[in-house]
Amino acid sequence: MKAAVITFPGSNCDHDMIYVLRDILGMTVNEIWHKDHDLRQSDLVVLPGGFSYGDYLRSGAIAQFSPVMKEVMEHARRGGYVLGICNGFQILCESGLLPGALLHNDHQKFVCKNVTLRTESKDSHITSNLSEGQLITIPIAHAEGRYYDNADNIRKLNDHDQVLFRYTNDQGIPSVEANPNGSVENIAGITNAKRNVFGMMPHPERAADPNLGNEDGRLILESILALA
Amino acid sequence: MANPDIAPSTLDQAKDLGLLPEEYEKIKVILGRNPNFTELCIYSALWNEHASYKNSIKWLKTLPKKGAHILVEAGEENAGLVDIGGGLACAFKIESHNHPSAIEPYQGAATGVGGINRDIFTMGARPIAQLNSLRFGNPDMDRTKWLVKGVVKGIGDYGNSFGVPVVGGEVQFDDSYNTNPLVNAFSAGIVEVDKTISAVSYGVGNPVYIVGSATGKDGIHGASFASKDITEESSEDLPSVQVGDPFQEKLLLEATLELAQTDAIVGMQDMGAAGLICSSSEMSATKGFGMMIDLDKVPTRQDDMKAFELLLSESQERMLVVVEKGKESVVEAIYDKWDLHAEKIGEVTETGRLHFHKNGIRVADVPAESLVLGGGAPVYEREYKEPAYYKLYQEFDPNSIPVPQSMEEIEQIARFLIGHPNIASKKWVWEQYDSMVGTRNMVTNEPADAALVNIKGTDRGLAMTLDCNSRYVKADPYIGAQIAVAEAARNIVCSGGEPSAITNCLNFGNPYNPESYWQFVNAVKGMGDACARFETPVTGGNVSFYNQSVINGVETPVNPTPTIGMIGLLDKSNKMGLSFKEENHSIFLLGTQTDDLASSEYLYSYHSQKESPAPYFDLNDEVKLQNLIKQLIRNKVIHSAHDVSDGGLVTALLESAMPKEIGFQINSDDNHRIDAFLFGEGQGRIVVSCSPDMDDTLNDLSTSAGVAVFKLGKTTLEKVEIDNNSLGSVREWKAIYENALEKKLS
Repeated sequence: MKAAVITFPGSNCDHDMIYVLRDILGMTVNEIWHKDHDLRQSDLVVLPGGFSYGDYLRSGAIAQFSPVMKEVMEHARRGGYVLGICNGFQILCESGLLPGALLHNDHQKFVCKNVTLRTESKDSHITSNLSEGQLITIPIAHAEGRYYDNADNIRKLNDHDQVLFRYTNDQGIPSVEANPNGSVENIAGITNAKRNVFGMMPHPERAADPNLGNEDGRLILESILALA
Repeated sequence: MANPDIAPSTLDQAKDLGLLPEEYEKIKVILGRNPNFTELCIYSALWNEHASYKNSIKWLKTLPKKGAHILVEAGEENAGLVDIGGGLACAFKIESHNHPSAIEPYQGAATGVGGINRDIFTMGARPIAQLNSLRFGNPDMDRTKWLVKGVVKGIGDYGNSFGVPVVGGEVQFDDSYNTNPLVNAFSAGIVEVDKTISAVSYGVGNPVYIVGSATGKDGIHGASFASKDITEESSEDLPSVQVGDPFQEKLLLEATLELAQTDAIVGMQDMGAAGLICSSSEMSATKGFGMMIDLDKVPTRQDDMKAFELLLSESQERMLVVVEKGKESVVEAIYDKWDLHAEKIGEVTETGRLHFHKNGIRVADVPAESLVLGGGAPVYEREYKEPAYYKLYQEFDPNSIPVPQSMEEIEQIARFLIGHPNIASKKWVWEQYDSMVGTRNMVTNEPADAALVNIKGTDRGLAMTLDCNSRYVKADPYIGAQIAVAEAARNIVCSGGEPSAITNCLNFGNPYNPESYWQFVNAVKGMGDACARFETPVTGGNVSFYNQSVINGVETPVNPTPTIGMIGLLDKSNKMGLSFKEENHSIFLLGTQTDDLASSEYLYSYHSQKESPAPYFDLNDEVKLQNLIKQLIRNKVIHSAHDVSDGGLVTALLESAMPKEIGFQINSDDNHRIDAFLFGEGQGRIVVSCSPDMDDTLNDLSTSAGVAVFKLGKTTLEKVEIDNNSLGSVREWKAIYENALEKKLS
């Protein structure tokens, strides 16, 4: 299992992701610069968090035109796995690899804190280490994380079991108070219809190092290890 | 038309630029002639307070700065550098951005964050953690709300994008900051000891590059005057505050750290205050070299920039880089990879002089050394005098404050304090900062008195904290500054760390006001004595004078605020949190208990008694107490440690109780006033919890350390109880504590 972590100018969670995958989970990781054209036979491509191109214009809007994205799209088209975290999720939506869009948080502020996620999908590789309904604590850190799509498309996501996680309170209820950004139906992460592209606003790589006192993120990332 | 760049200067111009007549004479002596207009601007920019420290350096030199672990001493580089073992060093520094933030809080704070981080990564260190210390006026004022929101958003937007977490800091409110907020930003980075980059220039013929953003007319001090004479039509357009671009800074960071791995760099310095002229003179003066710079090569944002504008511009995200001749292609390739603009603008000369050319004409010719601190820049001794209020404050009589008579009254005071903006949770502020990027923040899931940052791949971490209670410093600058150092050390020790070194940000009023200067002198003395005692040398920092507010029509200096930024080393096996861990643990108060109410938030805000001395403080007892805590942590005796500070004991207990929602049941000490016991801010006290089978060990160790120990009681499932009176559940207190600030600001 080889992973590629892409660095765009302005990515700032690339090192964190590389550290967790390589040093904590022991994976082989290829560090890929956005101007490269070779994914080096990686099984999984990770688009990390950050502020690619300064988030100027719109989060993720410019990164989709980075040279390497051509290869990423091709990789996804062939059924290869792609995971976007935070800004990576925004890039996946901007590039059309995932449906919907991520808008400014409803409160118009950046927010960084631990949130509770409820595992939704019954049949996604990325949640294979988690049981349906399982609650985990994962940090978020974003200003544009309000997942939005029209009612028809949201219905499709639900019907096809494409919602991976929802924000809930500590009782597992997706309440208004537990929704940190105003996302439709408290959606925190989704997958595509082919179930090979994953996007989520919360940062599992920030909850994987025993030094930091929360390893819930490992449950997600270790699911990935079983993919290939 | 005559070339305004080289027009002869006059004494009137010098005065308008803030130079004294004797300073103007001094320039003439240095140059052996009358300076031209550009040269005059150069001296005015570098001999002003901000760059030259001319009114503070005499006293700053008295601070202890030596230590076996100090790799770079104060004043030698952009930031101090401390050995942290394992071949690694920590570069850290604090800086103020008070005045820009008072005018334009968003950009003022953002560019403060940008500037301090550039100081760190210019040394080749990757910034891994930020802290900030913020002071605002009365939170009920609309102006304060506007400032708080702007400053917090500015810090967040810049730092979040740049990708360095804010892991701690402090926010306080006091009327003295109504007009003039304080924005002090701290950053710490780590670097391999032999991979640091120096802010130096040498080697005749080595090329000099300007890198990063183009240069514009932003942030040019003195421009307001100068425009009258030479750029009449554009003066109204000059923004006085610079605009930050964190994306550009992120690219500069990554490119700089790649360059640090090569052998192509002679030296580099970021362009902060006084821009190109400051970096070129400081880099050159260190080793006595000169520079020949062609100002026409500097990439600009605007046409027709004058020589002084190019030299003094404070456009952000720019660096001056001296490259080893022959290795230009290595450097250019790295900047090209990161899409950064790097332009060769000149080269190093042997003359020791800075020569600037424009349109083929030499517009300035000045000795580099004559411009800088420690060189030709003036140094003054200012007079100082004890202010009248000082004696008055000493006369405070605690018996004038009635002792609370009922538990209802105690509860009312506790509610007042826990919901007070100075004590309540600053969650509203710090949730707008990315506190976790970098995956090193060890206090996200287990809060501690200091911020703790993991050094990946080692068994060590860094502890860091910012501290200053300016109420105490105003009451007594000597003791107040000692308390600031002692509290910083206490916070590091309570978190399991070993204090290492400090940086300071000295925010004071007008140095020409003898009473303000008295505060400055005594605060520096107190700080120096405390730092010597804790063996925490001062590695640098910054001085910000002229901080004042107008209150009821009277110009009043802000509370003197010498913010202490301390770092400490952490052996991760000693990491200690502040929260109670489980029910039925014993709770002890360690340290000397007194009847002191002085300068407490209780006295100051609840009783509106503004005039009292600094709280009780004994430096010797403090050292004993901190040594005891280190011993208790190393011997695994305790499960939590939290110092008693703002709000006193009840606040400390509630803060330990809230994270895991574990309550407490305590008894007060009959030998003391109950309000002094519960709400006094006498220094040198720490609340610890331990498993009951450790009670005897804790008592024994405390007694042999010569530290007073008092058993307060025990932890409970969730109930809060004082002297057998129920004060509800921890959850109720937490609701007040967490929501008070947001309510206040909305």
